Amino acid sequence: MQDNREALNVASLAGDILLASGAEIFRVEETIFRICQAYGVKSGDAFVLSSGIFITAGSQEEQEFARVRHIPLCAARLDRVAAVNQLSREIVAGKHTPSQALERLSQIQDMPPKARLHQVLASGIGSACFCFLFGGDWLDSLAALMAGLILYIYLLYIVRGRLSKIATNISGGALVTLLGILMYQSGLGHHLGEMIIGSIIPLVPGVAFTTAIRDIADEDYIAGAVRMLDALLVTFCIAMGVGLVMMAYHHFVGGLVL
Amino acid sequence: MTIRILWEFFAAALGTMAFALLFHVPRKYYPICGLIGGCGWVCYKILLCWCSAPIATFFANVAVVFLSRFFAVRKSCPVTLFLVSGIFPLVPGAGIYWTAYYMVTNELDLAGQKGFQTLKIAVAIVLSILLVFELPQSLFSIRRKEKTSSLS
Repeated sequence: MQDNREALNVASLAGDILLASGAEIFRVEETIFRICQAYGVKSGDAFVLSSGIFITAGSQEEQEFARVRHIPLCAARLDRVAAVNQLSREIVAGKHTPSQALERLSQIQDMPPKARLHQVLASGIGSACFCFLFGGDWLDSLAALMAGLILYIYLLYIVRGRLSKIATNISGGALVTLLGILMYQSGLGHHLGEMIIGSIIPLVPGVAFTTAIRDIADEDYIAGAVRMLDALLVTFCIAMGVGLVMMAYHHFVGGLVL
Repeated sequence: MTIRILWEFFAAALGTMAFALLFHVPRKYYPICGLIGGCGWVCYKILLCWCSAPIATFFANVAVVFLSRFFAVRKSCPVTLFLVSGIFPLVPGAGIYWTAYYMVTNELDLAGQKGFQTLKIAVAIVLSILLVFELPQSLFSIRRKEKTSSLS
């Protein structure tokens, strides 16, 4: 009887980590289902939304179990998705007892994020590469590199998740545009548009968009719609941030310089 | 032209790897992410010689999703890992910018045109993902029958 409860704890924690790290709904459901099966829980049933998991079990032979987990939308951690996926395979292959699996899951939950410095550098390099792809020259890419670096320094060291998503993205878009205009005006870079396009790319909600499409394709319409709304909202916020600074700039210089 | 394409391949691959890091993809998968992103972009650029941007995006993204599924089965790990970063070069970041730009400069015709183009590209990405995920899993695991890998 006791074992049953632990197995369901493993299943719900695995689902929790997957959902919070940006996995699709069907993957969460299937992982919970497989873990239940592997530990011989026949009556387990899960209902998964983009922001919560409901698990129940209980029948004539098996103990009653119910758990609701609330999971806020948060940043993508694909390393955790990969690790839980691997663990669930191992559980299905019978390599872990429930308590070992719980221990592994809490290790996965404590996996450190990539070093901030690496994230800042990656943002800069990504911006520069995309600026080049969209038709900027070397100097524009250099400017986009700087803007990308400063954007992530702003996000990781100054905002640190304290602002709402909307405020973060509007201010991020505005910051990047402001930097682009400053560098353009001081002669670093020749194509303002390409510089800004390159450096807003780190803000673009790629994970939310991709996962939303896959959820809708799997007919998880509620979760898909919520994630699509998230992606669209972020996109509009970026555009608004860019637009606001552009508007102020045009107001001051009368649009002549562009 | 060929040299430019080669440079762009490297730029797209490097950019994709940078975003793989931002999404915390495990380090051992960076080269695959880069390869997928670079291939997607080169497909897009080559197709752009014959067809419009949404159509080129569609076919390039079919290649990206196909490769992502292929590698996901080969490495038996979730397809999201490769797909999310591989798609990035094709995401219409430029469209978002120009739409906002023309809105602000009050050129609403151009804003509408760019906005609609961006929407078409987004729809192309959606359709290509849907299409490739309809293909049966067995197509990707022909040579790996001995391993169970349905959770890709």
